[in-house]
Amino acid sequence: MNEFERIRRSRLPKTESKRSIPATDDLPEQPSRRAEMQVRPTAPILPPSNIQGNALMVVIAIMSFLACLTLGGVSMVRATASSWESQISREITIQIKPDDGLDMNATLAKARDLALSFVGTKDGTIMDDSATARLLEPWLGSGLDLKELPVPRLVIITIDESNPPDFQAMRDRLHAEIPQAFLDDHRTWVDRLVSMAKTTVMIGGGILILVFTAMILTVVFATRGALSSNRHIVEVLHFVGAESGFVAREFQKHFLMISLKGSAAGGVLAALLFAIASFWQSRSLATPESDQATALFGSFTIGMGGYLGIIATIVIIALLTTLTARFTVMRTIDEIDLVRSDPARSDGLPSS
Amino acid sequence: MIHFENVGLRYGMGPEILRDMTFDIPSGSFQFLTGPSGAGKTTLLRLLFLSLQPTRGLIRMFDRDLTQIPRSEMPMLRRRVGIVYQDFRLLDHLTTYENVALPLRVRGKDESSYRNDVIELLKWVGLGERINVLPAVLSGGEKQRAAIARALMDQPEILLADEPTGNVDPPMARRLLNLFLELNRLGTAVVIATHDLALMDQVDARRMILTEGRLDIYE
Repeated sequence: MNEFERIRRSRLPKTESKRSIPATDDLPEQPSRRAEMQVRPTAPILPPSNIQGNALMVVIAIMSFLACLTLGGVSMVRATASSWESQISREITIQIKPDDGLDMNATLAKARDLALSFVGTKDGTIMDDSATARLLEPWLGSGLDLKELPVPRLVIITIDESNPPDFQAMRDRLHAEIPQAFLDDHRTWVDRLVSMAKTTVMIGGGILILVFTAMILTVVFATRGALSSNRHIVEVLHFVGAESGFVAREFQKHFLMISLKGSAAGGVLAALLFAIASFWQSRSLATPESDQATALFGSFTIGMGGYLGIIATIVIIALLTTLTARFTVMRTIDEIDLVRSDPARSDGLPSS
Repeated sequence: MIHFENVGLRYGMGPEILRDMTFDIPSGSFQFLTGPSGAGKTTLLRLLFLSLQPTRGLIRMFDRDLTQIPRSEMPMLRRRVGIVYQDFRLLDHLTTYENVALPLRVRGKDESSYRNDVIELLKWVGLGERINVLPAVLSGGEKQRAAIARALMDQPEILLADEPTGNVDPPMARRLLNLFLELNRLGTAVVIATHDLALMDQVDARRMILTEGRLDIYE
């Protein structure tokens, strides 16, 4: 005897309790043989795919692709800007101006030794006559004799980027010992570059915020649109006694799957695009096309941080869609319980 | 089991749809709720199913004042009431079996624990051979019986049916009535909202007649 029959029997008067559930005479006759009934594996409460669900998945995929593309772009600009900055700040230059009675070669060597005595310097190179002549060749032509002209000479000092020397102390000491020496730490250029890079990153960040905002709003509206087509399911579940939490969980699960698929597709596509561009760049080094692209966009490599950002974007979009689904379902249930059950507020609303 | 006292209801600022309703629905009783179209039968059923609050008056269900019941407890109370809608409200993507099992599924029960009960109930309502079909394939009478089976699945103490014979031919209406009588005999209180006089004449049961928002009861 199954549970259903047992409970039914317990409600019957004692004289009748020995009867099994009677088949009503007028209903179609059931087979007397108790064959084992086969039922299909239980389908999910929400239909796994419909037009609205597919459209939502495509919208999420597109928004995720755009967001990841912007994120990768910002990460690329930041990497390029920081590489410019580090390339320039890796070197400083000591310029020695010619003066009457000054032994240029000895002064150059002294300046180099003096600079290298500071902690944070790595190497010093004196630009010899031929290198200086080559440097001036575009302006003064070939066959230049440096002895005939009062041309300043340069010492290039390579510094440790992570532990740079005290430039002000070096400048003061150089000035004290070699009045004709002038230290250029490229600070002006670095400052300009840093400021330009920061502006670029800020603009990129602004675009990223706009894209994310558009994405959030699109996902929210698309989710609500898709949910409205399943509203009748919320109502049926509610009226068969489902608690709000159960209904919300069912919808959350459903929309989490849709959004994960959509956002993963968009994110993977964007990551793939960056990977292909990076691969193309690495394979076509020193070609005019690659040089041009590198000059315009920098390196297409977005690095581990960029890929992690793409993963984070996928997760954020999935969570956002899930939360939207939850809030919308809870609001629908609230509307059924509070608004539509209140006759003062339900004038004109459907009577279900 | 259910007690209404001076219950009145109006939508918005409109006239009172239901006025001074005072009645009881005892456990294990069988009654028809009837009246002309627009008399307020569906509204009264909604009040009985807790999907509408009265504008005035007192409703007690299962010995509890409805105004004192927090929202979080409403699903538990609804589980004690089964409802059959005129338009069935079956979910199109679920089979007959899955639709009927829905009340148990939302309670978090394991499918294996109720499979036999659901099949047994479907056989009882004459749908033993239609277990695996989708609602789109069912006839009007079969859909109605599936909706009744769903309402009965969790052993409600009272069954409310809104025009259950509205979409079926007279022989099927007679079959459905027998089903309700059988159910009532097994201990469930039944309220059938209908304006099918021929159906009511087949049974000597209590009649609740709504006219212009007022209720007259003929025992």
